[in-house]
Amino acid sequence: MRYSRSGTVAVNTIKKTDKLAFNVIGYVVLGAISLLCLVPFLITLSGSVTKDSALFEYGYRLIPKMFSLEAYELIFRTPEVIVGAYTVTILLVVSGTVLGLFLTAMTAYVLHRRDFKYRNKFSFFFFFTTLFSGGLVPWYLVMINLGLKNSFLALLLPHLFAVFHIIIMRTFFTGIPESLGESAKIDGAGDLTIFVRLYLPISLPALSTIGLFIALTYWNDWYQAMLFITKPSLIPLQYHLYKIFNSMEAAQIVAQKTGMPVAQMPTETFKLAMTVVVTGPIILVYPFVQKYFVKGMTVGAVKG
Amino acid sequence: MLFLMLTPAVVYFIIFHYVPMGGVIVAFKYFEFDKGILHSPWVGFKNFSFFFESGQAWLLTKNTILYNLAFILVGMVFQVGVAILFSELGGKRIKKFLQSTMLLPYFISWVVVGSFVYGIFNYEFGSLNTLLRTLGMDPVDIYGNPSVWFFIIVGFYLWKLIGYGSIVYLAAIMGINPELYESAELDGANIFQRIRYITLPLLKVTIVIMILLQVGGILRGNLDMFYQLVGNNGLLFNTTDVIDTFVFRALYQQGLDLGMPAAAGLYQSAVGFVIIISLNYIIKKVNPDYALF
Repeated sequence: MRYSRSGTVAVNTIKKTDKLAFNVIGYVVLGAISLLCLVPFLITLSGSVTKDSALFEYGYRLIPKMFSLEAYELIFRTPEVIVGAYTVTILLVVSGTVLGLFLTAMTAYVLHRRDFKYRNKFSFFFFFTTLFSGGLVPWYLVMINLGLKNSFLALLLPHLFAVFHIIIMRTFFTGIPESLGESAKIDGAGDLTIFVRLYLPISLPALSTIGLFIALTYWNDWYQAMLFITKPSLIPLQYHLYKIFNSMEAAQIVAQKTGMPVAQMPTETFKLAMTVVVTGPIILVYPFVQKYFVKGMTVGAVKG
Repeated sequence: MLFLMLTPAVVYFIIFHYVPMGGVIVAFKYFEFDKGILHSPWVGFKNFSFFFESGQAWLLTKNTILYNLAFILVGMVFQVGVAILFSELGGKRIKKFLQSTMLLPYFISWVVVGSFVYGIFNYEFGSLNTLLRTLGMDPVDIYGNPSVWFFIIVGFYLWKLIGYGSIVYLAAIMGINPELYESAELDGANIFQRIRYITLPLLKVTIVIMILLQVGGILRGNLDMFYQLVGNNGLLFNTTDVIDTFVFRALYQQGLDLGMPAAAGLYQSAVGFVIIISLNYIIKKVNPDYALF
């Protein structure tokens, strides 16, 4: 009796030290990874509010050596450039998300309907494109032949549909009891009405997650712009940032517009400040949307 | 009515996916813009032989596959590891905070990541060299040193996707019946034993499926990432160029000779297709539960 009791005590203490050790190591590891995830943001932010000359002398640091807002002043001396890029991106995100979400859901709705005879054939028709594609060049030529060069549609169309999103949405619809649509049908409602009036409102959780995915794709896209856009008024945010980092031409345009010689411009901190201006909104909305994102993702993962 | 509702998607996929599939004939032509795809002269397999004989095909294939293998392996180890830590640790608020910071990189564009990489590694005033100088050491020229880029790219792949990937695995862990853990605890299993004998075996299905999905796309390179981190820095191409960046550069820079990049793209698509079909066929034979489709 006494033996076994002390035995349990011993096991319990072992378990406790185990747990403690695990917790300590666990928090240190996770904390270190989180810190690493955060550091690049902090360095960029700090660099953007450093005096350009101090950056050249002392390098990128976590805490600015000489505080200065000269880079931001330079950006907002010609606000029309950044405002223009913002306008393109916001228009793109809003129109792309609304249209893409509606079309994705509508397609998924049809494919989920058991009474739709060709649903498997059409599902395969969409799915096959994830297995085989013609590659970049033929696709590019199709876009060019449609006259999409330097048009807003060249930015909008490529991300309108993603097979992955259609599949997630279809899975979600399959979880809705069929009786819902059937009773409405008896009352004389058409398919489109049932989809818009009944299915869309109760699918908000799935719609918000996929909408977030679509919005993020549009917000972060630089690629379509690089391929198809040369007109300055159609350049979205990310491609604007890319050009600032990768071409001298961008600095020269600023010089021309502000009348400030390139040599005197805070060119390095200008790049960093632009990164902050481009990334800022994402970081600001991030805490609010993150929740939906995680929720939707886990639902999708469990259901396959 | 259902047909009508499906029309936009069908038309879209025909124009932007199936017509380009037919357009692969460009790979067998000497493409001239003014003549268009149909009227450009045929050249047989000349574009392919040029692509293979230049030695490019082998290098690009090797790079693409090696990078993807590294992504699959390193990604899995870290993402599963982080997911297990999150599932076992207490402290809801701290965990939520840590999870949020890890997911943050997923939300920003590769252009921004590229700017971060430049900020850390550029020779004159990057953070790394600033640190080295402070410590009294010699600065290093990362952008002139191809051999370290494998690690940088894999590192930033991990950096961007560790939060996202671990959420997928965490969801799978959360789906495990908690009674299993309770009874194991009653039987005297410690935390490491529980992970080893409950969590890992039950995560196997998710892990295998995730790996298979990635292996199916082993010839696809993430252009977004490679192009934004390396750009047009030819010094680094030997260790960083993948099929996708090669095709993209050819298209973007020359804009004229499209036959060879089209051939490279078709080679990638066709071999990738064979890989994924045979992979799925084998899986179906071995264990149908894991089949991709």
